Amino acid sequence: MNGSRRILLVGVAIAVMAAFSFTAPAMMNDYFVRIITVMCINAMLVISMGLANGFTGVFSLGHMGFVAVGAYVSGVLALSDQAKASYLPDLPGWIAAIHLGYLSSTLVAALVCVVLAFLVGAPLLRLSGHFVSVATLGFLIIVNVVLVNADDYTRGARTFTGVPLQTNLPWAMGWLLLSLVILARVVYSPKGRAWRAVREDTIAAQAIGIDVLPTRLSAFVIGAFFAGAGGSLYGHYLGSFSPSSFYFAYTFSLISMLVIGGMQSLTGALIGVILVSVLSELLRNLERGFDLGFVTVPPLYGASQIALGVIFILIMIFRPSGIMGDLELSFGRIAALLHTLLHKGQKGTNT
Amino acid sequence: MNLGLYITQQVINAIALGSLYALVAIGLSMIFGILRMANFAHGDMMMVGGFGTLVLQATGIGFGWAAVGGIAIGALCGVIVERVAYRPVRGSPEVTLLLTSFAVTYILENLGILIFTSSAHNFPLPDWMDNAFQFSDGQITFTQINILTVVLTAVALAGLGWFVTRTDLGLGMRAAAEDMGAAHLVGLDVNRLIIVAFAIASGFAGLGGVLWAAQSGVVSYSMGFTPLLKAFVAAIIGGFGSIAGALLGGYLLGALEILIVAFLPAEVSPYRDAIVFALLIAFLLFRPNGLLKRAQEVKL
Repeated sequence: MNGSRRILLVGVAIAVMAAFSFTAPAMMNDYFVRIITVMCINAMLVISMGLANGFTGVFSLGHMGFVAVGAYVSGVLALSDQAKASYLPDLPGWIAAIHLGYLSSTLVAALVCVVLAFLVGAPLLRLSGHFVSVATLGFLIIVNVVLVNADDYTRGARTFTGVPLQTNLPWAMGWLLLSLVILARVVYSPKGRAWRAVREDTIAAQAIGIDVLPTRLSAFVIGAFFAGAGGSLYGHYLGSFSPSSFYFAYTFSLISMLVIGGMQSLTGALIGVILVSVLSELLRNLERGFDLGFVTVPPLYGASQIALGVIFILIMIFRPSGIMGDLELSFGRIAALLHTLLHKGQKGTNT
Repeated sequence: MNLGLYITQQVINAIALGSLYALVAIGLSMIFGILRMANFAHGDMMMVGGFGTLVLQATGIGFGWAAVGGIAIGALCGVIVERVAYRPVRGSPEVTLLLTSFAVTYILENLGILIFTSSAHNFPLPDWMDNAFQFSDGQITFTQINILTVVLTAVALAGLGWFVTRTDLGLGMRAAAEDMGAAHLVGLDVNRLIIVAFAIASGFAGLGGVLWAAQSGVVSYSMGFTPLLKAFVAAIIGGFGSIAGALLGGYLLGALEILIVAFLPAEVSPYRDAIVFALLIAFLLFRPNGLLKRAQEVKL
């Protein structure tokens, strides 16, 4: 497939998504629009998590820490003056004086996360294996403790509320497409190749002149940017949240999406998000209990999560690199697949 | 207030808290030593032990027997988890092991919610365990539960020490922790050793769970979560994979937490967990093998 055709196809795909995101609210039930919006935000968080966790092989459990920081920073900056006066009376004057819009508060939040990722990543990414996972878990816990205790800025463990509800489907879809395009460019550039080299064999990568720490750090920092932006989007979607909204439950659901889809592939992560979201939505409805006519199934709260956990373990046992492994779902591959389906028996003739 | 008495009181608190951390950390470290696996589901055996005791108590047998049964259920649960979830992924990359245990913890906690709902349940104690002892006009106070915690921890540790130094199974377990392949080569039944290790580790966690529930008065599906994170810190401070290290780490962590709460300004104490995890990160960076463990490569 040549370059200009690919650009055309990507353009068409983006145009279709954009058209969909603007017309969907008029065509669909509000429930579906909300689900798709959350799916877009989650997809952005999951693919950005996949940068460090999947492509450089440094499995961070601290991604949610950046999401939390993003949500709170943009929340504080975007709060209206009245809301600030009533909810955060002890906010220092210079912060209270700042009032940013939706996009600018999101960008500031993302940049704060970039700085934080530099500070945290520079020491922590020297570790490998489970040690980096445990250390980044420590980072997540520290973020949570600070959010709970910095009452003046966050209202502590109480609900942080009053964030303008500005995230709609076009915004979420737009950010998702932007992050997908940027990350696809980076992941399949020489930089991205260095990430994977570091993952596959650290020593071999060093031997050919790749500096391991900056390489890991670049993936971590880019991931943190989109985590911060995604956190801001989520904050502006929820309107009210608390430190516990961004903690282990959410971490586990993002990890399950990433791992089930395949963390070494951007489209794999997307497929994971779609699969897990649809599945948990379906299971959640079943969980409330249903009537089969001859037998009534009582509500079983927690059953949907148990099913998700079981699927997760089955994936770990039978397909540990996820559904997609390190393959991407590209136009070329879809075309090839269609081709084989249409011309059965003529295998090997397609590209 | 008498400073000497105050310090004595805090030492008592530190030993009681440290015993609990040590009980949980030892199992975590044991499993890491043998399987190279950071077992996130370890804390849930506390929950299993706690709920097991609660249910058995409701059948009318005495508290002591119920606790023994609850601990046994915890041990059994650990063995089942090993057989069903961990054995199929044994030998996989570290991250796969870690994620599998993450999924197990998710399943167990949601099973807890499914069976016992998400609210905390009262943990009834017999009257004799609620006794408190006071000396020097109440400046030194400790409870029967404190004494029991320390005594039971000591007994369990002595038993474990005897087991790993005097019995064939225990020696085999240490051999497997040293080099699983070589242990297999010399004819040790590695599967059996791992089952025994999980039974002991989970039994210790179950005991920790019963004692934790006795101290806090409640059991809930998430009760194992915070102790597990603390046990990670304790085990890593001591040297992840070393039993003696986990013991040392547990008591050091207990002492540190009491120190932060009792002797530092009141504004600092809410940040206790942040300080503890910052310490964990510092240890990982500057002394990743902990206090009691030989060097292994974990850093660039």
